[in-house]
Amino acid sequence: MPPDPVLAEPEAVAEQVFVALADPSRRAILAELASAGPATATDLAARLPITRQAIAKHLALLAEAGLVTAEPGERRRVRYRLRSAPMQVAQQFLAALARDWDGPLSALQDHLDRSTG
Amino acid sequence: MAFPDRIERTIEVAHPPGQVWAALTTAEGLGTWFGNEATVDLRPGGPARMTWANGSTVEMRVERVEEPTVFSFTWPIYGLPEDDPRRTYVEFTLEPAGTGTRLTVVESGFAQLPEDAYRKAYDGNTDGWALELAELVDYLDAA
Repeated sequence: MPPDPVLAEPEAVAEQVFVALADPSRRAILAELASAGPATATDLAARLPITRQAIAKHLALLAEAGLVTAEPGERRRVRYRLRSAPMQVAQQFLAALARDWDGPLSALQDHLDRSTG
Repeated sequence: MAFPDRIERTIEVAHPPGQVWAALTTAEGLGTWFGNEATVDLRPGGPARMTWANGSTVEMRVERVEEPTVFSFTWPIYGLPEDDPRRTYVEFTLEPAGTGTRLTVVESGFAQLPEDAYRKAYDGNTDGWALELAELVDYLDAA
């Protein structure tokens, strides 16, 4: 059975998020953009223990995945801004995994046993 | 399909449906085994709430009340931001099983996405301040 296109797309988006987050340098770049706002590759190289060249490579991958967007900054320097939409898609995947029904259902069983015991 | 839209669990309990129904649908029941405190307005569209000792609260909306076989509600998606409008649908089904009950819970809707999330997730264009300001306007209109 072919995958449902509506559901397959979020999965592809979520996968790109998880691939991006699997690398510590990319996590650091995303965290920096999240906490301090849009920045150029040069700004990021000054703030993070990552070379300017490596940062440029990571930013290209992140832009490809739609996790950052390039925008013109001062003096024609390109600034990168975090895009949260793919993160929100990935969050839904995590939400399904994080939902615990086994705990509450076992508490329900205990509750029923106690209230009649 | 690795992106799970629904979660399903079935348990057998050694108590009749009426008793399980009370545990699922009353403030006393929900506030004991699930939350630490609960309020329930048991009618379709009725509000319900569970609170925990750690201060967290979940607001539910009762959907189906068919005593003693189907009880359902919607609630916010765990893990998403508090203001996220998406909700999952939780449905409990009770069937007699011998002298006890077979209880099934299905929670669905994890894979839903609102229109604007689709647009933002797949549209690679630079949107910049125009989009942010449009979102601010939408937000203020909705408030």
